[in-house]
Amino acid sequence: METRKTIGKRRFSSLVTLGVFLLLYIPIVSLIVLSFNSARQGVMWTGFTLNWYVRLFSSPDIWRSFMNTVIVALVASTVATIIGTLSAIGIYWYRFKSRKYFQILIYTPLIIPDILMGVSMLIFFAALKVPLGLGTVIIAHITFCISYVTIVVITRLEDFDYSVVEAARDLGARSFQVFVKVIIPIIVPGIVAGFLLSVTLSVDDFVITFFVAGPGATTLPLRIYSMIKFGVSPVINALSTLLIGGTLMTALLARRFRKLIIG
Amino acid sequence: MKDYSVKLSGVTKVFEDEFTAVDKVFLSIEQGEFFSLLGPSGCGKTTILRMIAGFEEPTSGVIFLNGRDISKTPPHKREVNTIFQNYALFPHLTVFENIAFSLRLRKKAEREVKNEVGKMVELSRLFGQENKYPHQLSGGQKQRVAIARALVNKPSVLLLDEPLAALDAKLRQHMLVELDNIHDEVGITFIYVTHDQNEAMSISDHLAVMNEGKIVQKGDPIEVYESPRNAFVANFIGETNFFVGEVAKTEGEYLLLRTTAFGDIWCYMDREVAEGTRIEVSLRPEKVKISKSRPRGDHKLRLNILEGTVDETIYLGNHTKYTVQTRESYMKSFKQHARYLLDEEIIEWKDRVYLWWFADDSYLLQETGGARSDEQK
Repeated sequence: METRKTIGKRRFSSLVTLGVFLLLYIPIVSLIVLSFNSARQGVMWTGFTLNWYVRLFSSPDIWRSFMNTVIVALVASTVATIIGTLSAIGIYWYRFKSRKYFQILIYTPLIIPDILMGVSMLIFFAALKVPLGLGTVIIAHITFCISYVTIVVITRLEDFDYSVVEAARDLGARSFQVFVKVIIPIIVPGIVAGFLLSVTLSVDDFVITFFVAGPGATTLPLRIYSMIKFGVSPVINALSTLLIGGTLMTALLARRFRKLIIG
Repeated sequence: MKDYSVKLSGVTKVFEDEFTAVDKVFLSIEQGEFFSLLGPSGCGKTTILRMIAGFEEPTSGVIFLNGRDISKTPPHKREVNTIFQNYALFPHLTVFENIAFSLRLRKKAEREVKNEVGKMVELSRLFGQENKYPHQLSGGQKQRVAIARALVNKPSVLLLDEPLAALDAKLRQHMLVELDNIHDEVGITFIYVTHDQNEAMSISDHLAVMNEGKIVQKGDPIEVYESPRNAFVANFIGETNFFVGEVAKTEGEYLLLRTTAFGDIWCYMDREVAEGTRIEVSLRPEKVKISKSRPRGDHKLRLNILEGTVDETIYLGNHTKYTVQTRESYMKSFKQHARYLLDEEIIEWKDRVYLWWFADDSYLLQETGGARSDEQK
């Protein structure tokens, strides 16, 4: 009786798991497969081709938006990682009067709908008469990436034994030396994870970017959107496949790095 | 002044939430001695240690290190090093790099670093562990790394904050001996914080018993054990029986104590006490003899005899702890065994027994308050 019940339960849960995986991955797999399909339209397989990839790489518009995406992602993530790490250390270790409010401010971008973030930033830039362009996109990305970095680094700090800091001071380290020789090396996996998370979020963001990007600041998601307006081209499939590959590599890199640090 | 390694003069620490952790403490610790701060958790012993290390600043009072006021000196400029309760090793550095940390901060030449670390590895017996990371070490090894890391600096005082608390009992004994050896070898002052009276008793030259932010008694281990100042000390260091009562009469060096729980008891009087005074007397259980037959002798020999029933026996191999119910209260008696199975009288639960001790065996507490003669049950 007992065993039959467990087997039944097990079968049910594996079915659910399978269903979830199918639901999640069928669209992605079919997108990858279709990017190699020679048919211009529809889902019928008419033969293997790399034509769409050639078209993709020979399009100057796509190259430009790719470069935009890379610049935005790297600059925004770097700045957000620095500010986010410092704010995590501040929130977690220091007790100051406005700590609670500061914490709320840092976390708010996580729960505010993207559309509100986008609109409010557009209004803000317009009010200050800041011309829209790559700069405004970078600023917008920094604001929401900071929250994620802060959260990731704080989780790392939770495992951090503060007496290690005292030990370093005890052994003769000045505050700056403690920071560089002890705190940073110990929380570096958190910092790297926060950075890579920022990169993926930044590469991925559409809604906020849509509002604050000016002419000449088109990122890949925006480009895909504008291309889709003229019908779903297999070039989009090819582009998406490369994006997926890139994100996957970033994630694997993060894993590898983590292992390297923790040993 | 110069002879003292560490001196605390009226040191008080009040935390932000207005909790007074340390209350006007005066303490003088001699050069090169092994000094223990002993007390229950929350008594302020760790706070004192942290103030000497520089992690906390005293609210008032002055701390001297080798005759110099260090109350305002930041921790990295004090010639003291600390062994933390959880070792606080740097997880990202190897054993070698952990030990070399302070040397490298001071930009020592790499040859010298190797040399100094090598000496420490030898002192703390860490051969072959130099390239391991802290998470690959056992508790005892981590402890040794912490000791080596702190001593490589050649501090004039080593502070130890319950360093053995995380180890199991057997290893703790072993590390205690090792700490003692290291102390003999390096010859610097050790200040040891613990709540474990056995650790403090066995290893210290002097110790201070603390309670509620105050030092209750200072002295060498024998002094503190044999002549506890008050009921708190008597109870915290070892076990004890208390008699609370009024002095009925005095005869020469002895007084007759009238208690409600045990009747009249003869006690040795090491200071003048007027008749009618309320006093407290401590009697260590190992001084109370226990037997099934009534001992010969009486009050003329200043012998106290109580009758009772064995309520509890805890056999511990080399000795047994008996709790005996007397007329209205309980008394503890510890009996050392030498030839338990061969020729000792076996005393069991519910046996009728006699408890007896001489008046000289008990000790008059200097401060009253806190002792309850019937608190054992």
